[in-house]
Amino acid sequence: MSFFEADNISINFGGIRAVDGVSFKVAKGEVFTVIGPNGAGKTTIFNLVSRFYDPTDGRLIFEDDDITKVPSHRIAALGIARTFQNIELFEHATLLQNLLLARHAHKKSGFFSELLFLPSVRRLEVEHREAVEKVIDFLDLQQYRDSFIVNLPYGVRKVTELARALCTDPKLLLLDEPSSGLNVEETDDMAFWIQDIKNLLGITVLMVEHDMKLVSAVSDRVLALNYGRPLAMGTVQEVQAHPEVIRAYLGG
Amino acid sequence: MRFAFKTSYEQDTNMFRDRIDASWYLLLAAAVLVLPAVLPVYYVGETTWVFIYAITGVSLMVLVGYTGLVSLGHAAFLGIGAYAHAYFLSHGLPWVVSAGLAIFLTTACGLVVGLPALRMTGIYLAIATLAFSVIIQEVFSRWESVTHGLSGMPVGKAVIFGVSFADDRAFYYLCLGFLVLALWLTRNLLRAPTGRAWIAIRDSEIAAQSMGVNLAIYKSMAFAYSAGLMGLAGVLFAHKIAFLAPDIFTILLSIQLLLLVIVGGLGSLHGAVFGAIFVALLPPVIAILRDSIPASFHDVATASGIAPLAWLGDAIGNFLKKPGVEAGIFGLILVTVILVEPLGMYGRWVKLRIFFSTFPMYKRATFKRQRTYMKTERLR
Repeated sequence: MSFFEADNISINFGGIRAVDGVSFKVAKGEVFTVIGPNGAGKTTIFNLVSRFYDPTDGRLIFEDDDITKVPSHRIAALGIARTFQNIELFEHATLLQNLLLARHAHKKSGFFSELLFLPSVRRLEVEHREAVEKVIDFLDLQQYRDSFIVNLPYGVRKVTELARALCTDPKLLLLDEPSSGLNVEETDDMAFWIQDIKNLLGITVLMVEHDMKLVSAVSDRVLALNYGRPLAMGTVQEVQAHPEVIRAYLGG
Repeated sequence: MRFAFKTSYEQDTNMFRDRIDASWYLLLAAAVLVLPAVLPVYYVGETTWVFIYAITGVSLMVLVGYTGLVSLGHAAFLGIGAYAHAYFLSHGLPWVVSAGLAIFLTTACGLVVGLPALRMTGIYLAIATLAFSVIIQEVFSRWESVTHGLSGMPVGKAVIFGVSFADDRAFYYLCLGFLVLALWLTRNLLRAPTGRAWIAIRDSEIAAQSMGVNLAIYKSMAFAYSAGLMGLAGVLFAHKIAFLAPDIFTILLSIQLLLLVIVGGLGSLHGAVFGAIFVALLPPVIAILRDSIPASFHDVATASGIAPLAWLGDAIGNFLKKPGVEAGIFGLILVTVILVEPLGMYGRWVKLRIFFSTFPMYKRATFKRQRTYMKTERLR
């Protein structure tokens, strides 16, 4: 019985074993962070979980279901949403359209009713809009609603990505380096939001992060990786004090 | 400057932004409706071309402007629609059935051609669709039992439920009606989840996928829908041109259609219509200039006594008569548009409108885009 479990997953790219037998369990309602030096395989794990890559070995289990073979476009409907390290927003659309697209997994209208824009489609649109507006209020994005993403500053785009992931109504949220490119203030905001997401919305967070200040502020448990292998797992203090982790970061 | 004051979420799902916008469109509708009454019949015919090209523009806009898939083979879909309609009509099918079957057939072809699009993007997709159009053109000229091959195929006038559209003015209204229908249906899709999914695929496939968009389904849907609209345009095209021959539906026509959406402005339905006005009206404008420039220069020369002016007028007239000049002017305009105004005629129109609505306060930097170098290599 587990909320999310990676069971001994591995993946090979040609001769390189990017992830090598990584196992971890994420309990419902916790913030679980994966740390490690560049190239340790953190983002690869995310791409495995969101099913862009097929693992060579191992299984992924979400709410007691094996999702190792589920196609990537079905992941959102299961309740797993993600953000990207190098922002992947729909740039030539407004912020509102970006967030509304995140409701796609909950789409109920058929092609022909949309073609005629029947009253049922209009009603569903308003329902989606209401869900989106809650997230906009939560993350204070009101003033950017109708702005095109290309015209927004980097920090706002980062928050928009978080908002888009939240709009899918996820149970498990994957955050790929939420603080990269943000200044100190924005990183603090991000830490508060992650805590709110966990405490107020009850969403479980799986995060990849480099900024140890953010990691220690929000994480319940931390997994340290190096060269695709797990080094240590536990609370932030335990992992930071672990001799293997210190060696991986400082060399020696 | 005017701000739309929104009081409910429904307002954002409306066809028009507000009453003022809607009344402008009402004015446009009235103008288009009375146009045949005041224009000479030749110009009514030319405006009908604008409507037919606008339907092809909407078709290609869905695919290129909204879904981000390039097709160099859309003339083939136009041809399939036209030939199928002509064939069914010649076998005595009623107009509505014939047109319906032609559109259905084109949609099916679009679905089949869309299949490789699931694996290809950019230049490779362009080449694949180009190959398709070459094959189809060959089919048009060789399958003589259906298409009459190179000797061509005459198409009668449209008669729908006993009402004849043989008159140019009547046919004008028929094409206008279908254009409005095509615009309305497409706009409906674009403000619904399907349209958003297309836009998402255009801007980031990987993000679209992780938000639950099934790329295979939505890409083939875009291809099929686009081909279906092309079939509709083909049906009207067949009646308008009255005689089908394989050399109409060449790669040049495909490129002209692509030019239409690029010059009009990618990513807007307005662009499709603006582009159609440009593509359909440029040849007659060149023809008019060709005939009127030498004459008017001669007039000026005799009036002012400067003889070289007459010589210059003849030179311009002769130049415009040369074969290939029209294509050259098209190309020149395309290059200019891409260099000067990547958002096309619609983009220019938006800028003009904002200039006037903010009049003394317009900032030149409003549309300056900051260059960003954030995208690194994407997952493929």
